[in-house]
Amino acid sequence: MDATPPIRILYFAWLRERVGVSEESVTPPVEVATVGALIAWLRELSPRHAAALVAGKTIRCAVNQDFAAPDTPVAGGDEVALFPPVTGG
Amino acid sequence: MAGVRVQRADFDIGAETAALTAGRADIGAIGSFLGTVRDIAGGRKITAMTLEHYPGMTERAMGRIAAEAEARWPLLGCTLIHRVGRLLPGENIVLVLAASPHRHAALEATGFLIDWLKTAAPFWKKETFVDGSEDWVEAREADGAAAARWGALPPG
Repeated sequence: MDATPPIRILYFAWLRERVGVSEESVTPPVEVATVGALIAWLRELSPRHAAALVAGKTIRCAVNQDFAAPDTPVAGGDEVALFPPVTGG
Repeated sequence: MAGVRVQRADFDIGAETAALTAGRADIGAIGSFLGTVRDIAGGRKITAMTLEHYPGMTERAMGRIAAEAEARWPLLGCTLIHRVGRLLPGENIVLVLAASPHRHAALEATGFLIDWLKTAAPFWKKETFVDGSEDWVEAREADGAAAARWGALPPG
């Protein structure tokens, strides 16, 4: 059986500062199949992740460079970005 | 044809306007929005603003916003330039140009483009204050409302 490719996670703005890295590759269990489940799983990885993905703070997400919602599916090989609400312009 | 750019370097509104209109005389109206760095945020003096973005997704999102403007208004061209990196008060941040035969389309498309650029493209601003402290800018609800008045962008 082929190994599942990892999910590439990118962090931006204060999420990046709190996690301490701008990107990482993770391989969560197969039950972690949505953005919401992935965030909950990442929160348990380390105190830094817990501090970045703190409940109550609005976190936005993109899957493969398209804005996504908590119920958007994720799978191995995807690029998932986590960031605060955007403030350009 | 939309021109979409993310860059560290400054831009020149005159040169960009000339590039948009070069070799053609069918354009009767060019709407423009130029955003610059204010020296004050929440009543506090700032010494710099640093813009971060999501390379790849940013250009895609900007291209999608421009394509939507071209679908909604009879545009003969538009230009979207957003700067990133460390900027000082007074410096240019963002330029929107929208060209059309008539003013209403040019002005409305310009408003649409900047409202959506502020809410649907992955940029983040961090302010540096006089005392050296730094803070990420919080998204403003008013910006979401300004974008929402144009209706939703189509999915994808």
